[in-house]
Amino acid sequence: MGSLSIIWAIGRKDLLLEIRNKDVVVAVAGFALLVLVIFTFAIDLNQDNAKLVGPGVLWAGIAFAGVTGLNRAFALEVEGDTLEALMLAPISRDLIYLGKALGNFLFIAIAQIIVIPVFAVLFNLVVFRWEMLAIVLLTTIGFSAVGTLFAAMSVRVRAREVMLPLLFLPVVTPLLMAAVESTSHMVYGRSWSDMAQWLQLAVAFDVAFVVISAFIFQHILED
Amino acid sequence: MVSQATQLAVKAEAVVKNFGETAVLRGLNLELPTGEVTVLLGTNGAGKSTLLRILAMLTQVDSGSISMRGADIAQHGPTVRSFTGSVLHSPMLYGDMSVRENLMFFAELYRLENVDYLIATITAKVGIEPRLDHRIRTLSHGFQKRVALARALMHAPQLLLLDEPESGLDSRSVARLDQIIDEYRSQGRTVIMTTHIVEHALEIADRAVVLNNGTVGLTSTNPSQDKAEIIAAYTSRDESEEGSY
Repeated sequence: MGSLSIIWAIGRKDLLLEIRNKDVVVAVAGFALLVLVIFTFAIDLNQDNAKLVGPGVLWAGIAFAGVTGLNRAFALEVEGDTLEALMLAPISRDLIYLGKALGNFLFIAIAQIIVIPVFAVLFNLVVFRWEMLAIVLLTTIGFSAVGTLFAAMSVRVRAREVMLPLLFLPVVTPLLMAAVESTSHMVYGRSWSDMAQWLQLAVAFDVAFVVISAFIFQHILED
Repeated sequence: MVSQATQLAVKAEAVVKNFGETAVLRGLNLELPTGEVTVLLGTNGAGKSTLLRILAMLTQVDSGSISMRGADIAQHGPTVRSFTGSVLHSPMLYGDMSVRENLMFFAELYRLENVDYLIATITAKVGIEPRLDHRIRTLSHGFQKRVALARALMHAPQLLLLDEPESGLDSRSVARLDQIIDEYRSQGRTVIMTTHIVEHALEIADRAVVLNNGTVGLTSTNPSQDKAEIIAAYTSRDESEEGSY
C-alpha cells in the first residue's frame, strides 16, 4: 500500500504540473491530430480505404506524437534538477520509475481521449467499443513503460530529440503491430477471439517491459 | 546492517571517483563521528561537492566503500536516505508548484505524518511561512534555498548535508541557519557542510577537514584554534588546477 501511494504521489504531481503547463498533452494531441489530418488529405478515404489504413495511421500518429511528449516530460524533471530531489527520498528507484511511467501513461491517455474521437469522425469508423478500450490501455501501458526508460536514458544526451525516437520506435514495433492488427480486426467487426493473439502479445510486451525497465532504471539514474 | 561503526556518522575507505579522465577523489579516507558539525574545506575542484553528492547517494563511487551510521550506502540506500537530509547547489524544487505543494509532495515521499503541522513548524523555523502559497518560480534564489532547507529538515534527519548553504542567503537567514546547525548539534545530530566562507565556518564547526587533490589534506578537531593552519592548508593548492567538482 505504501509503495502504491508513492507511485500515485509522483504520477499525481506530474498531472498537476501538466494541468498548469499543458506542455505534454497539447504537444502529443496536436502532433497526432496533425498526422491524422494530413492522411485524410493524402488518401482517398472511402469506407474500404479507411478500414484498411485507418488503424495504421492512428497508431503511427500516436507513437510519433508520444515520443515528443515523453521527451518533454522527463526534460522538465532534469531542467529543475528535481529528478535528484526524487533520488534523495528514501524510496527505491523503481518506485520513481513507476511513478514517472504512471504520469506518462496519464498524459498519453488524455491525448488519446482527444485524438481517437477525431480519428473516428475523419475516418468514419466506429471505435467506441470495449475492444478499443482494451487496445488503448494495453498499448498506452507499453508506450509509457518503454518511453519512460528511454526518456530517462536519453535526457542527458545532447541530441535527445533524435536519440529517443531511435531507441523507442524499434523497441515498440511489436506493440505497435499488435495495436494496429487488433484495431483492424475491430473495425472489420471481428470478434475478441480473432484479436486474442494480438492482445496477448500486447499483454506479454507490457509485463516484460514494465519489469525489465523498472530494473534497468535504477542503474541509469546515478552518475 | 548496523555494525560497531555506529558511532561514526561517516566512514569512507579508499574512495575513488573519476569523471572521465579527471580524477576527483583519489583514495579518500575519512571518519566523522556523530553529533559533530564538520566543515569540508578546499578550493574549487578539491572534491567537496562530489563527496557530498556521494554521501547524498546521487553519485556512485568508482571504488572504495562508504558507510553512514554503520550502514553501507551501496546496500542500504533507502535506509541511509531516510536519516539523511541534503541541501545541495540547486534548490531542486518544482517551479510551478507552491511552497506548500512542494513540501507536501516530498512529505509523501518520506512517508511523514501530521504533514500540516510539520509544514507549519518547519516553515516558521526557516522563515518562509508568509510565502507558503507562492509558486517557487516567483521566489528569489534565497527563498528557494530556504524552502530546500525546509525540505531537508522535514523528516528530522540524523545527518544533514549542506553544500554551500549560505550562498544566496541574506545575513539574517545565515544567522537562522547557524541557529538550526547549533540546534542539530545540541540534539546529537551530525552536520556536514561545505563553504567558501572559511572564517565563519571555523567559528561554528567542531571539526574541519581540508580536501586537497581528492584526499584529506588536514583534519582539525579544534578549528577555531587552528584557524591559521587550516587557512594555510586551504589556500596551499595551486589555483591553476581549479576545476568545478
